Amino acid sequence: MIGYDYVEPLTLDEALESLATHGEDAHLIAGGASLVVMLHQQLIAPSVLVGLRRVEALRGIEARDDGSLRIGATTTHRQIERSPAAVAHAPALAEAFGHIATVRIRNQGTVGGNLAHADPAQDPPPILMALDASVSVAGPSGERRIPVADLFVDLFETSLEPGEIITAVELPPREPSARAIYVKFLPGSRDDYATVSVAASATIAEDGWRNVRIACGAVGPVPLRMRDAEAALEGTTPDDRALADAAATVADAVDPLDDTRGSAGYKRDMAVVWVRRALERLAAGAGR
Amino acid sequence: MSEHTIRFELNGTPVTATVPADRTLLDLLRTDLGLTGTKEGCSVGVCGACSVLLDGELLSSCILPAVFVDDRRVTTVEGLATDGRLTPVQDAFIRHGGFQCGICTPGQLISATALLAEVEAPTEATVRQWMMGNLCRCTGYEGIVASVLAAAEQSG
Repeated sequence: MIGYDYVEPLTLDEALESLATHGEDAHLIAGGASLVVMLHQQLIAPSVLVGLRRVEALRGIEARDDGSLRIGATTTHRQIERSPAAVAHAPALAEAFGHIATVRIRNQGTVGGNLAHADPAQDPPPILMALDASVSVAGPSGERRIPVADLFVDLFETSLEPGEIITAVELPPREPSARAIYVKFLPGSRDDYATVSVAASATIAEDGWRNVRIACGAVGPVPLRMRDAEAALEGTTPDDRALADAAATVADAVDPLDDTRGSAGYKRDMAVVWVRRALERLAAGAGR
Repeated sequence: MSEHTIRFELNGTPVTATVPADRTLLDLLRTDLGLTGTKEGCSVGVCGACSVLLDGELLSSCILPAVFVDDRRVTTVEGLATDGRLTPVQDAFIRHGGFQCGICTPGQLISATALLAEVEAPTEATVRQWMMGNLCRCTGYEGIVASVLAAAEQSG
């Protein structure tokens, strides 16, 4: 027995009200893929779980006329992986969600739950950061947007305020010539967390690379943008040497933790290697 | 702790059950309803022994709150055969040696059933990738893959 009350609001307003009523004792549950395990292991002990599964406003994937994409917070990983709208926005977006664990977990876990969980080794954050995504958040004082790159504060900690709910992930329009890829270094089994993962995006034109974004997972307490590497490439037409030099800056940007997937030093080395490989693939025309 | 009365369809039959908020679907099935075909393995959603279908989608019942199945349709290994007639997947597992000790088998059957419902003629690579999340500690994977491919051929 773990012991908590469960409430199931039907609307976003009811969900916000539940959080306001129960305060810090309440915890949201969307798919539950991570949360139920944390409950069983008594890593968290809320007195009330607020289930979001019936809140319609949090569902669905919508491709807008302006080229932006809205993904409702309780959309499952598998729904994104298989969404024609997600593929059309960026094939790497759908691919990254297809890299998560197993089919069973992808059928249960949700994008909003995944981001709120703030596990630094998860697959969605790097690709969402590389695509300049933000989250829409509803709370007691109204709505706001948080860039995904600013959402993560520390291991399993976000910049969400008490009483706030992620309602959707918003992806801005992409230039037709923009490319993006996601690579996941997995020396163990394919359903494992990444040892290091890299998402990279850029618009590659004759006059150089623009809007360069590089984000890494599993290289620190939070998923990280590799801003020095981005700056080194922005506006340039890099050759292999320049790509390797940009990737080398990643060694100082990452802050890996020792764990069963490798020592901090190994992960630092692998971050440099996999950022370089991701950039080389982008340069070679991958990720259209 | 709050209690909840849930109504759902279990292997084609309407079921009403009252569960505490922290009940998993696995415990509801095995302990409350006596359907012990679904097995508990790792308890953390990794091994696939507890696989069930929820509205036809493959899920781990060990990490699924029972309250989540209210108004939905659950299929367990007991719901595969109809009137004693095995499904092509079950039949293929017998004919092609898709199991050794058998404890992972209900999960393997459910997972393979979900695959063939989605992909009519999967390649071996697709089968291996899909079934990756169903562990067999006897390591009888060759037989499992052969069984799923044979079932696909039979169904197609």
